[in-house]
Order: sequence, then structure tokens, then C-alpha cells
Amino acid sequence: MNFSNNKAIYEQMADRLCDEVIAETYKADDRIPSVREYSVMLEVNTNTAVKAYELLAREKIIYNKRGLGYFVSPNARKQILAQRKKGFMNDMLPELFRQMTLLEIDIKEVVEEWENRS
Amino acid sequence: MIEIKNLEFNYPGNKKKVFQGLNLSLKENRIYGLLGKNGMGKSTLLYLIAGLLQPKKGEVTVNGIESKLRRPEVLSEIYVVPEEYNLPNLTLKQYKKIHQAFYPRFSEEILNRCLTDFDMPLDANFKHLSMGQKKKIYMSFAIASCCQLLLMDEPTNGLDIPSKALFRKVVAGNLPEDSSLIISTHQVHDVEQLLDHVFILQNSEMIVNASVNELAEQYEFSYRNATEMDDSVIYAEPSLQGNAVIAHKKANSPETTINLELLFNAATLGKLNNK
Repeated sequence: MNFSNNKAIYEQMADRLCDEVIAETYKADDRIPSVREYSVMLEVNTNTAVKAYELLAREKIIYNKRGLGYFVSPNARKQILAQRKKGFMNDMLPELFRQMTLLEIDIKEVVEEWENRS
Repeated sequence: MIEIKNLEFNYPGNKKKVFQGLNLSLKENRIYGLLGKNGMGKSTLLYLIAGLLQPKKGEVTVNGIESKLRRPEVLSEIYVVPEEYNLPNLTLKQYKKIHQAFYPRFSEEILNRCLTDFDMPLDANFKHLSMGQKKKIYMSFAIASCCQLLLMDEPTNGLDIPSKALFRKVVAGNLPEDSSLIISTHQVHDVEQLLDHVFILQNSEMIVNASVNELAEQYEFSYRNATEMDDSVIYAEPSLQGNAVIAHKKANSPETTINLELLFNAATLGKLNNK
């Protein structure tokens, strides 16, 4: 994985795990890789991976079973989708509208593209 | 674990002091990056910690015992991987038999795991190996020693392109939990995502001595275009994606990934003058 993106590495790791939950690579109550396994896969410091897991545990996307590891919370996927949707509405859409205004693109043109999408 | 107090050192016949009153302390379970331009004393510092060189003044202690005394209980907790070395014409098996006794927690299991991760055979005759292959074996042995402190001088020099990623995997996956590792290097991109803590050495002073968390809380690393260059910017370099920038981080803005090369350039040019 290339950490070119500006976010802190532990947040990028957390995002990546969330992507995998959305894609249902890990389903509700599935065990996710251990901190060590995940840090090896992405070639990062174990302490960074710990930070990513703590972040996800705080947000209740994963939960810990003592001695067994981390598991996907039953509501994780729903919760991530809700969170991502909020991000889309609050950040991406205003930026899109700004670009549309700048480039004088009418909403009808966008709707047309939307309906003809493959 | 390691305490360095008022360290002074110069090489015999050379009046120039490499260190003049250096203070430093190192803890368990950390990966330290030791950076500095050529000739600033990175390797000298590693050798002073290991007891291979002796301070002129001041002291270096490992668990409270001065390392220059070379006591067995200290030597069995430190493993040095120098930048260049010769291995005797032995097989790994023979080498292991001779050396593992010096390291009470030596783990055959970790050794084999490291060698496997490095794509190396579990036994080999050193005579037939290239420099890079010897380095992989030596580093595997170092990690398997389970010493409290591993010192690696330019560990990724001489490794081929895929092996640099393997090096990160080996360290991330096999470094024992209570061990600390100091990586002295110029190849910042080979190791930056492994580090917990950054040291930058210049003119016998640690001009940067901060954990990765502290750096990420204090500075923002980003790319900005010309209109975004406000007075929060501390240091900037032009790049293809716009200006690569270090700025004062605003209290509520999200943390960014540390750009170690940029940090190094800013620090060695004296732009981070808050330390």
C-alpha cells in the first residue's frame, strides 16, 4: 500500500479496513486480521496498527474478544455507510457543485449522464 | 532502558568533537530512526551505545550499567548490525551453534520466520552468498537474538528493490515486543512508515528528538498551490504536485502523514527553530 494520501497512516489503515467491511470481505462477527498480521501486510509499525484498531474500536466498528482478537461489529457496515454518506453530502457534493458552477455545467447535463451510465 | 548523559567524544588525533554534552534517553518497544548528514556521527553514536567506542566524558548506560564496561549482562542485550561486515566461511547452522549461546532468549523459531519472510533458505554457506543475502541472514539473526536493543546501520543498503519491502515486513512482523530498534539511515523512504520516533543529528546536537505522534500533532504535511501559501507555512519545496509544505498544524485539523525527507531538509536548514 502506498501512503501517498495526506491522511495520517493509521487513519488510512482504518479506512482500508472499513472499505473491506463495505465490500463484505469481512462480514458481521467475522474475525479480522490481528494487529501484527495487518501491520506486516502493510509494512507498518505495529504501534501504528494498534492506533488504527483502537480508533475503529472507539467508533464501535470492531470489537475485541479477549485472547481471540478483533471482530466486525454487527452494525459496522451500516454505520460506515452512514458515515461515508455524511462525508459525501457534506464535503464531496459541495465541491462538485462548486466545480459545476465554475464550469457552467447545468444539473440537467449531469442527470442525463447519470441516466445513461453503464 | 538506555540513558545518555553529557556525552563527549572525539576520535584520537582529531580535535573536532563528534559529541559535546549530548543527552538522550531510549525506551522499550520503540523503533527509532536516526537521521543525519554524512559525518555527523550516526554510526559513532551507535558504537558508543554498544560499548564498541568509549566516551571521553559523560556516560552511556544500559539498564543502569555503563556500556563501556562491556559487561556480559549488557552485551547479551545489544545486537549491532553494521553497514558492512564479513562473515566467516561457515554455514548458518555452524554460526548459530557458536553464537546463540551468547543470547539467552535466542529464538530459532523467530530466526526461521525471518529467513522465510526474506525468501532465504534456512541454512546456507556464507561463502556462496552475496552482500545483500548476508545482510538478510545477519539481520534475521539479530532479530532472533531477542536482545532488548538492536542497532542497525543502513540496513537497507545493498538490498534489492523487493527486499526493501521485505525488510519492513520482517521488522513489522518479527521484532519482539519489548525490543527496541535504532535504524540509522539516509534511505528515509525505505523505513519511514516503520518509525515510532525520529532523531535528527547535526553538529553534535539532536536537532529533532520527537515521537511520530508529537510530530503529527505539531506539524501539517501537505501539498499547496501558490494561493494557499499563508503564514502558517514553515518550510516549502516545489514539487510536481504543488509545493510540498510543512506548516503549523491547527488544533482541530486532522493529522497528516509525516514527510520525513521534507522534515529532514527543514530541520537541517534550521527552519524548525522551536527546539
